[in-house]
Amino acid sequence: MEKPVIAPATEGLAGVGGSALSSGTARWIGILALIALAVALPFALSKYHVFELTMVIIYAIAVLGLNILTGYNGQISLGHGGFFAAGAYTAAILMHRYGVPYWGTLPPAALICFILGVLFGLPALRFEGPYLALVTLAMALATPQLLKYFDSWTGGQQGINLPKPVPPHWLGLDRDRWLYFVALIVLLIAIRIAANILHGRTGRALVAIRDQPIAAAAMGIHTSRYKTIAFGISTMFTGVAGALAAIVVGYVSPEGYSLFLSVSFLVGSAVGGIATIGGAIVGGLFIEFVPNLANDISDAAPWAIYGLAMLLFMYAMPRGVVGTLWPRIGRAIIYTGSKKAE
Amino acid sequence: MHQFLQQIFSGLATGAIYASVALALVMIYRATDLVNFAQGEMAMFSTYIAWTLVNAGLPFWAAFLITLVVSFVGGMVIERVLIRPVENAPVLAAVIVTIALLLIFNSTAGWLYSYTVQDFPSPFPDRPIFGALITTRDLGVIAVTLVMLVMLFLFFRFTATGLAMRAAAQNPESARLCGIPVGRMLAIGWGLAAAIGATAGIMVAPVLFLDPNMMGGVLIYAFAGALLGGIGSPVGAVVGGLIVGVTENLVGTYLIASQLKLTVAFALIILVLVFRPNGLFGTAIVRRV
Repeated sequence: MEKPVIAPATEGLAGVGGSALSSGTARWIGILALIALAVALPFALSKYHVFELTMVIIYAIAVLGLNILTGYNGQISLGHGGFFAAGAYTAAILMHRYGVPYWGTLPPAALICFILGVLFGLPALRFEGPYLALVTLAMALATPQLLKYFDSWTGGQQGINLPKPVPPHWLGLDRDRWLYFVALIVLLIAIRIAANILHGRTGRALVAIRDQPIAAAAMGIHTSRYKTIAFGISTMFTGVAGALAAIVVGYVSPEGYSLFLSVSFLVGSAVGGIATIGGAIVGGLFIEFVPNLANDISDAAPWAIYGLAMLLFMYAMPRGVVGTLWPRIGRAIIYTGSKKAE
Repeated sequence: MHQFLQQIFSGLATGAIYASVALALVMIYRATDLVNFAQGEMAMFSTYIAWTLVNAGLPFWAAFLITLVVSFVGGMVIERVLIRPVENAPVLAAVIVTIALLLIFNSTAGWLYSYTVQDFPSPFPDRPIFGALITTRDLGVIAVTLVMLVMLFLFFRFTATGLAMRAAAQNPESARLCGIPVGRMLAIGWGLAAAIGATAGIMVAPVLFLDPNMMGGVLIYAFAGALLGGIGSPVGAVVGGLIVGVTENLVGTYLIASQLKLTVAFALIILVLVFRPNGLFGTAIVRRV
């Protein structure tokens, strides 16, 4: 008896994609309202809270990347912190050494992390389930060590301080709010790309490989090619998030990319809703805010509180917040809609 | 040559610790198809219990035995209360639960006992024997591990409970039809794994010194050992653990600076796995279409 990595699709692909509301306008109104809220929010909050929200967005992009790999393709990675670091250091080295403007570092970070992901995905083809989790865990552990070792590039233990990005004058925004909007735009683009990939041919192939690998191969899906591509796309997203984080924080150092970061991504992904796009945002919120909340509840044992929060979420909503709630909300809306039609 | 042999023997002693934790991991993996990321922290917590008992004035071996019993019961309770709900859940939910357990144990230990490093008494004197090839402490660690392995082997091979546990792990449905209480067997499996981990923790604490993060590195090397041996195979776990211990020592002594030791150890293991994805002793997964 083999257990699935994540719960297989039960209600067709619509349910998996978190797009139970495929019934048109209601969904678009919801999405536009969310975007309007995201645009208005920074003007109502203090600079520090804007910075926190920017980090939420960045984590959401990273978790979105992980969702593509783990959620849609069933490959558990505990090593995405390593790719986050690769993206961050790409941005840092380009800005610090070569004077590349901050916005110019995102495409190279995406490219490098895509290539790294494909390279890592090739041996990963041979590992399944727990084996892959452990191999990627090893990578997460090795990341800070490697960063310290190649210190002529990475600045070793001291890390690299980055120049502060200057927002365009004509906008009249301060730095924190400007970076928030930069991150928000990247997130929206990332969601659009992810939705296009996942709701199309590639997404169906990935889900088929996750749920029924043998049947998928028998139907002519090139399993290893798709799995490798999933790895590359996933790490590309996470790498871009890493580059953004380096730009926003203005500093990179090996200690910031410990195993705990990788674990946070997986936790955020599982808590938010593993095979959903919206779950990434809930995951970002969890990663950014729950450690602080836990600290407020008990500063003696904050991680015990964090762990308890993880347990509660997993028992109450094994499919994650969005994976559990979204279909219900969707049904409720469709139900009220059909009532009105009568 | 003398130094080389010395490194091999001291590698075998650390390898014995890795082997024990690897064995605990494999036991849980075989029984529940689950990788227990909290195994190391559970062992660390058990070691703190032993430390408290020794400090309360109990003789070492009495404290050792009480700790094993407490860990066994604790392991069973964890399985019944926390793991049971995700027993049939997808793999990822179970992974998250054991990671949560890891954080809870680590943080609670830090809160109860503080993060200061503590001395832990060793039952074996630390002096070189056999022409300084090995210390009595290393020999003691290897001996305790061997005794534990033999006892486990006898338990699984010659007792009714051991047979029932093997059946429950191999084919839960059929075992249940034969009247084996599969749930209870899983709980016993977790209890045994916790006790094995406790032994490893108590044996390694005099060397590494006791603190809440003590088992982090050990767990990783144990994972490596379990993978190398094939995560479904108890013999493989032991052999894998020993190989990892010796390799770690030799690589650290002869090849490179210790800061990249972990990285190199893992590069080697990944290399092995690329050629033998199921480990040295694991059987290939055969699927029915």
